[in-house]
Amino acid sequence: MSETALAAVQKPTAEVPAIRLRRLTKSFGETNAVDGVDLDIRQGEFFSMLGPSGSGKTTVLRLIAGFELPTSGTIELEGQDVSGKAPFERDVNTVFQDYALFPHMSLVDNVAYGLRVRGMGRTERRERAAEALGRVQLGKFVSRRPSQLSGGQRQRVALARALVVEPKVLLLDEPLGALDLKLRQQMQIELKELQRSLGITFIFVTHDQEEALTMSDRIGVFNNGKIAQIGTAHEIYQRPAGPFVANFVGTSNLFDPVVAGRLYGRQEQFVVRPERLSLSWDRSAAMHDGVASLPGKVTSIVYVGHATQVNVALEDGPAVVVLVGTELPEGEQLLGRDVTVSWAHRDAVWLPGEA
Amino acid sequence: MALQISQPGADPGPGNAPVPRAKRNSFSALLNRSPNIRLAGLLAAPAGWLVLVCIAALAALLITALWTVDTFTGKVSQTWTVDNILQVVTDPVYQTITLRTIWIALAVTLIDVVIAIPISFFIAKVATARWQKLLVVAVLMPLWASYLVKAYAWRNVLAEGGLLEWLGTPVGLNSPGYSESAVILTLAYIWLPYMILPIHAGFEKVPDSLLEASSDLGAKPWNTMRLVMLPILVPSIIAGTIFTFSLSLGDYITAQIVGGTTQMLGTVVYANVGAANNLPFASAVSLIPIVIIMIYLFVVRRTGALNNL
Repeated sequence: MSETALAAVQKPTAEVPAIRLRRLTKSFGETNAVDGVDLDIRQGEFFSMLGPSGSGKTTVLRLIAGFELPTSGTIELEGQDVSGKAPFERDVNTVFQDYALFPHMSLVDNVAYGLRVRGMGRTERRERAAEALGRVQLGKFVSRRPSQLSGGQRQRVALARALVVEPKVLLLDEPLGALDLKLRQQMQIELKELQRSLGITFIFVTHDQEEALTMSDRIGVFNNGKIAQIGTAHEIYQRPAGPFVANFVGTSNLFDPVVAGRLYGRQEQFVVRPERLSLSWDRSAAMHDGVASLPGKVTSIVYVGHATQVNVALEDGPAVVVLVGTELPEGEQLLGRDVTVSWAHRDAVWLPGEA
Repeated sequence: MALQISQPGADPGPGNAPVPRAKRNSFSALLNRSPNIRLAGLLAAPAGWLVLVCIAALAALLITALWTVDTFTGKVSQTWTVDNILQVVTDPVYQTITLRTIWIALAVTLIDVVIAIPISFFIAKVATARWQKLLVVAVLMPLWASYLVKAYAWRNVLAEGGLLEWLGTPVGLNSPGYSESAVILTLAYIWLPYMILPIHAGFEKVPDSLLEASSDLGAKPWNTMRLVMLPILVPSIIAGTIFTFSLSLGDYITAQIVGGTTQMLGTVVYANVGAANNLPFASAVSLIPIVIIMIYLFVVRRTGALNNL
């Protein structure tokens, strides 16, 4: 922590985290939706909160926005404690999952709403709103109603409406969930570019691990109201901190301590990614240094376009998924065939502790 | 999506009997093929009822209003005249009664709107799911009691030495007694559920995220109410006013029970049907609320409120 202390002397503001959560807990009746979360989100960071539904990620977002008040713990926004403040007193804005556009207002009125309730004059706020709509390529539609727009366009309006009031932190609650795949990928790139050019802290909630991996500077993986791991996309994917993260972020083949003990003489779980496994279509796997291999039987084959997923039941081991990038042998009966699965020792990721 | 190749299942499942096929039914098949016959079959009964009860009755009313009564025999004589309608429209007595009735209906409607909005807001947006159900039942409960019971209950409340006087005297308020104000008070109570229900339904339709978005963008609760909630609720409120306004406009029982000498259009109709035995004149008077309601419906039609009834 001495590094931080030193930096704080030189640049006092840059080292204050945009959001700091300490022992944050939210209970609904008996259940703890959020259970003692500690989290620092840096300024200007694109931070994703990733987790399955019910893992508490959306509740954390709603706590930061102020729609829910914490049962215990604190929320700091740029060093200021905002734990008990109302949403309209916090300098954060939200892009809602259902966009939450006001149906009775035109686009320009929707976007100008935040400026209006802060007391900005009519001409200026409408000018700024039109400008913000222009930035999201909706300059032609200023007088339309939200109901006349497509999902992707509504998404942009919601974004313009939240950004026009210049928040310190922008919260995005699964904003791309309702869009189709192509549009979603396009919006992912646009959002990332927007964040980079504005320099605002983005907190992005998603259950889509691919989305989180492609967009984020850092990711917090949530499970059962707790943070399972925080790290960059690379760290999360290559060095998962436990079986939950290994399985939730991408597909993992989990080997139990018994197999590990037999292969490596080490009584701990490890995982290997499907694309790191290689498959030979017979039992004659070459045993050379740095490679482990196990025999098995093909149980099913799933063609996924860019590759083929081959499910193999290993003898004396788990059922694993192998991602085969090359063409399969043609014209042969592959199901039920005896094969050998192998991987390099360095591709085995050891998981600390039991699940 | 993905193409799944898996090993053929060995187990055919329990039982080998074939799944029964649907039986032949040529009548259903005919209906399925011809939408016109289907529509005719569906609509014949309700359309017949509508023509008979609503349109025919209205026409009869209009025709009766153009007849007159033989003052000697007391029988309706079928001679055509517009005297009844002219008298109703031009006679200052009936003009006053018409204006008073409109005033009472407007006051009742206004009071109900003011009371119903916060109650509906509480039920739809503040109360927990369990309380919501209980409160909706509580709002509906008075509708299960007889109209007469409620009117007579208010008669007791308003009576000399009644509840209202007992409550009001310490703070220097008098009971309105049996008067126009009493009619407004009682009607506002009786029709309140008809205002709460559509407004409650309107609040239910506003997603919570809209309120959160408003607050998120910096609006204080009052601004959220004024700029987001109310504009979205306007059709629901109008739907409620159609109920309270038209029900008050045609009322004659409450006016008789708690109104003292207060005359409304309904009481005039009632008196002419009964005591005065002048059916044509009663018909002419009853045309006034019909015309007023039709004008009101025509005005509010464009707000979309009629979709909320």
